[in-house]
Amino acid sequence: MNMFSQDADFKMDVLREVGNIGAGNAATALSRLLDKPVDMAVPKVNLLPFERIAEQVGGSEAVIVAIFLRMEGDAPGNMFFLISREQTRHLLQGLLGIDAAADGDYSELELSALCEIGNILAGSYLSALADLTGLYMSPTVPSIAVDMAGAILSYGLLQFGTMGDDALLIDTTFLHGSQESEGHFFLIPDPDSFEKLFRALGVPI
Amino acid sequence: MTEANLIKIGMADMNVGIGGTLLRTTGLGSCVGLTLHDAERQIAGMAHIMLPSSEIAREGKLNLAKYADTAVPELIDRLARIGADPRRLVAKLAGGAQMFAFAGGSDSMRIGPRNVESTKHALALRSIPVIAEDTGGNYGRTIELDCRSGIVSIRSVQHGVKEI
Repeated sequence: MNMFSQDADFKMDVLREVGNIGAGNAATALSRLLDKPVDMAVPKVNLLPFERIAEQVGGSEAVIVAIFLRMEGDAPGNMFFLISREQTRHLLQGLLGIDAAADGDYSELELSALCEIGNILAGSYLSALADLTGLYMSPTVPSIAVDMAGAILSYGLLQFGTMGDDALLIDTTFLHGSQESEGHFFLIPDPDSFEKLFRALGVPI
Repeated sequence: MTEANLIKIGMADMNVGIGGTLLRTTGLGSCVGLTLHDAERQIAGMAHIMLPSSEIAREGKLNLAKYADTAVPELIDRLARIGADPRRLVAKLAGGAQMFAFAGGSDSMRIGPRNVESTKHALALRSIPVIAEDTGGNYGRTIELDCRSGIVSIRSVQHGVKEI
């Protein structure tokens, strides 16, 4: 992308900070929901070939639970909250006292609860981002899928698809207490949104 | 079946094989997996198509495998180059799912069905019959093509394995 031909490192740093602030807010929300500490790794910002995006969560065929929503407004993009089935079980157990089946056959109620969790987290991510940038950002109604990572994530790459074979991914990992399970926040701004983000943050283009 | 004969095909990618070769692509969501097979020569090819039309492309050098309208002719040409007869080719399709259900749903949300329609249109232009398909739904698929028999085995999380 031309946007990154100059000051690439600095711009990546800015995006890392964007991820940090957004996901930090979401981690706080999750921690309140669970009433447990939630740790967060430093966001990874990378321009990755499509093939490698799914590798971040265990490979194209790994089964994951994904809550997807589109962010609309001044700087549109795609957002995923991705968790393993194991962590989904912990989440449902911790939040609702529901013992979900380990095989991942979720009931309507469980799916709806997960969707709502995703909604709350994505909402806090986006509101932090909107505060930071002063841009108008509004999330769509979230949608949930339990399926192969490759099939799910390709959905968030369509906007990049017309530009080339790579996508810029802001990936933040959640580490949930002592349980060695992790969740991911993927923010994939549309290619045209970077200019708006950078302008709003006073980064020279 | 040895792993040595397995060729993996990535997203927006294509490849061809002969005889005992297996062609495989994983995690088809809204993307379409297209296979073409010449039974007599036991030559086959597979493409992992991501978008319906190259008209929307804004990239410098076009990745032909990515778009339905460019992937179909390119795959036919590549098969012809290794000895397939384009008039004998038959097609199978898998994928084109709608992974997320949205109320209303903009055009980009319907990308799966549009990929399928566009691929079929491109095949019809070259008079290649679609003899089997497993498309639509709301789930991901991994497909494997046996270049000898032309049989495509399709694996999904919820529905196990089936062959077309």
